[in-house]
Amino acid sequence: MAAGSRPGAAVLAAVSAGGAVGAAARYGVSEAIPGGAVPWATLVANLTGCLLMGVLLEALERRPAHPLLRPFLGTGVLGGYTTFSTYAVGVHALLEAGRTGLALGYLVGTALGAVVAVQVGAVLVRAASPAGRAGRATGGGR
Amino acid sequence: MTLLLVCVGAALGAPARFLTDRAVQARFGTRFPWGTLTVNVVGSLLLGTLLGAAEQLALPPALVAGVGTGFCGALTTYSTFGGETVALARRGDGVLAAGNVVLSVAATVAAASVGFVLGRAL
Repeated sequence: MAAGSRPGAAVLAAVSAGGAVGAAARYGVSEAIPGGAVPWATLVANLTGCLLMGVLLEALERRPAHPLLRPFLGTGVLGGYTTFSTYAVGVHALLEAGRTGLALGYLVGTALGAVVAVQVGAVLVRAASPAGRAGRATGGGR
Repeated sequence: MTLLLVCVGAALGAPARFLTDRAVQARFGTRFPWGTLTVNVVGSLLLGTLLGAAEQLALPPALVAGVGTGFCGALTTYSTFGGETVALARRGDGVLAAGNVVLSVAATVAAASVGFVLGRAL
């Protein structure tokens, strides 16, 4: 789909349905993991979501997929499963409670952890791929 | 019941993110992920406002679940932020990648804080 063209109803439906599935999973994680000083449930959802995003993006670079797969799984499910707003509000709450060190640790830990998790996901797919050299179209170095 | 409201909110929030991202990209290009930054800042502002208002007013928990956990949660995304940051770094744009992290984190936390102030003033 060219940039600027109108997205089809099927794509919007896939994003919407995926978003509902992902948010339901995030809600499940928040029910399963008790809240404490650190918002562990949000941290777990965001980092596992980034790991899966790394897996998905690397896999999509390696083989053709149905055009609705990325909107559903990437934009929808993983987008709905992870959240930036709850993270930002969590940092704010820690700062307001005077727990500045914990706030900074949570802030930096999630951000760095997210980048590492995406990379780990990509490495896992590369390691599992039979043709390990069937590589990326872009990017010079590692 | 709460789960259903979360799903309904997210079923609206995720396509709102998708459409906003596309609109922002169409206007500002794709060199920097302005679209994801936009939804993350707006969603953080909304969630802060909602939770600030919930401290003052007796908002029904169902509303907070549907609009907060569902809509704001799905309007914003950490996984796309992570994916786009790594893509920038792989492309050799390390400065843009670092800038995306710093800008996203600073702007969303500031937006959440402003939201709380606004919400508590309601």
